[in-house]
Amino acid sequence: MNTIDKLFTKKSQQVLAVYITAGYPALHSLPDVIDALQDAGVDLIEVGMPFSDPMADGEVIQQSSGVALKNGMNMRLMFEQLQEIKSSVRVPLVLMGYLNPVLSFGMENFLRSAASAGVSGIILPDLPPEVYEAEYRPFFEQYGLHKIFLVTPSTSDERIVYLASLSGGFLYAVAEAGVTGAQTAHSEKRTAYLKRVRKLAGNLPVLAGFGIHNYHTFSAVCEVTHGAITGSAFIRALAHESELRGSVNDFIQRLKYQTDDSTVAK
Amino acid sequence: MQTLPQPTENGYYGKFGGAFIPELLRANVEELRRNYLAILNDQSFCREFDELLRDYVGRPTPLYEARRLSALLGFRVFLKREDLCHTGAHKINNAVGQILLAKRLGKTRIIAETGAGQHGVATATVCALAGLECVVYMGATDIERQAPNVGRMKLLGAKVVPVHSGSATLKDATNEAIRDWIAHAADTHYIIGSVVGPHPYPDLVARLQSVISREIRTQLKAQTGQALPDAVVACVGGGSNAAGAFYHFLDEPTVKLFAVEAAGEGIHTSRSAATTVLGSPGVIHGSYTLLMQDEYGQITEPHSISAGLDYPGIGPLHAALSANGRATFLAATDEEALQAASLLMHTEGIIPALETAHALAALHRLPLPAQATVVLNLSGRGDKDLSTYLTHLAQ
Ligand SMILES: Cc1ncc(COP(=O)(O)O)c(C=O)c1O
Repeated sequence: MNTIDKLFTKKSQQVLAVYITAGYPALHSLPDVIDALQDAGVDLIEVGMPFSDPMADGEVIQQSSGVALKNGMNMRLMFEQLQEIKSSVRVPLVLMGYLNPVLSFGMENFLRSAASAGVSGIILPDLPPEVYEAEYRPFFEQYGLHKIFLVTPSTSDERIVYLASLSGGFLYAVAEAGVTGAQTAHSEKRTAYLKRVRKLAGNLPVLAGFGIHNYHTFSAVCEVTHGAITGSAFIRALAHESELRGSVNDFIQRLKYQTDDSTVAK
Repeated sequence: MQTLPQPTENGYYGKFGGAFIPELLRANVEELRRNYLAILNDQSFCREFDELLRDYVGRPTPLYEARRLSALLGFRVFLKREDLCHTGAHKINNAVGQILLAKRLGKTRIIAETGAGQHGVATATVCALAGLECVVYMGATDIERQAPNVGRMKLLGAKVVPVHSGSATLKDATNEAIRDWIAHAADTHYIIGSVVGPHPYPDLVARLQSVISREIRTQLKAQTGQALPDAVVACVGGGSNAAGAFYHFLDEPTVKLFAVEAAGEGIHTSRSAATTVLGSPGVIHGSYTLLMQDEYGQITEPHSISAGLDYPGIGPLHAALSANGRATFLAATDEEALQAASLLMHTEGIIPALETAHALAALHRLPLPAQATVVLNLSGRGDKDLSTYLTHLAQ
């Protein structure tokens, strides 16, 4: 059984997924960050594969990608790092990145390497579902990898059903129109949208992402979805290498539990 | 069998093209895809577009026989004077068409990317004309080297947003414009400045620029009696002026097509923008096309003295023309472009844009018989490049 499916059979509320850019803040940070995240009680980790031109990402993730590339991160090295910690990883890993580096690596080579490194799912925002269906779906199935699609507030009902039918593991509901890192405010419109996605997704779990940056945004979307994904806020909170563990743990605790400073809505 | 320049319904030219966009952009791009052909073929659109091209842009632009230049080269060179368009380059043809389209789609806010600033100026111009808000993204490097155009955009009421990411040039400005569009889907139209980006942009922009080759055919016939030239030459950044100049000749196999890219400091240096020489297939700005990338699929930073050619990709139509051999791709270095510009200044009294100078630089290398008739698309004038010319050419 795919580890993402296993996660959702055990837990269907308040699932916390965290995005981290491979190679950030330092070239070899990824194993430490993953370890610190799972110790802090995170349920799923999205490993971002840095790209030179991340068009769907806001400033924070753009910058972390730039730093990671400058540090020397690349696909081969990322797989090596994941391979090394494979036996100690207890949470499902999902790779997220842009299509061009994957095509350059070779789609099948990429999927084989991902599966062998213990990865369970893949998010490629700029791979359209129609192309996935026509060209790549059998390879994902062959390697037991879930393809996770994104839906947005402007996605039609019909298309949400279609994207959910192609997705495995969970459906990624973009909470607010905009690139990653945009701040969201709790709104009835968003709640109605997320409810609509849940209904249309049927049995497929739904995680909300984009704009989840504190206890309030996390708990608000969790009232409607199975959980949420945080990225830019986490990357902003990551400290230098020497205090990595502490900063990871602090951030996760503040996101999961209402603490004094998180009561101040940002 | 599909015949170029029309792409398939999904926007493919051979294996190139398509729309590799995140779901975040889908609603915008779909809205455009569903409507663009109907709007472009609509009578009221055609009437308004033609009128503006005539009375506002100044079309038809002359087809001028450059006799002194021809004498030096040994064949007949005609210059298609897009430099005489309002705002100084072919970019205005596309901007006028897209602003009419945007109004018909009910959009109230316009965004654009720009490299040399010509497309930014053209967009700022049509926004003023239409009374719409205008935001132009421009790389910080380009803001510096194309200062006159930045000033023009500001005077015309546009907001110019400097982009500092990546190489701070055209590709980064395009990323930033796309991000803006993602965040402002409902009210905003993105006027892309070249035949790049996701379907339907390459086809949309090519159609709006195709007026260039339509006029060339009529004018050449009237002026020489010849139905067709032997060759058409144009520079290629993203490829819009070349697409416009080639469009109505693509199905005429006797007409040789030459596309000239920027070799920068040379194709064997790390500072170049010659995509067909140095690039390989991949996805850039939502299109599967040729682009310059490293061994890990990271898009590399191009270099050209000309901001308008300083782009690591080319439109999918050109990728297909390069792959199937219909067009011959050449490259000219920074230095060759400067010398060619200087030659045109002295032989014909025309100061061309640095982009266009690359096409001029390839002229003497064209494998053509004596007495051949060649049309070169003079895509823009050099006002914006005066400081570069003065630095490099003035004694
Ligand atoms: C005068 C001129 N020619 C050519 C170009 C290159 O663009 P394209 O290849 O789309 O014609 C530019 C771009 O800024 C330009 O200003």
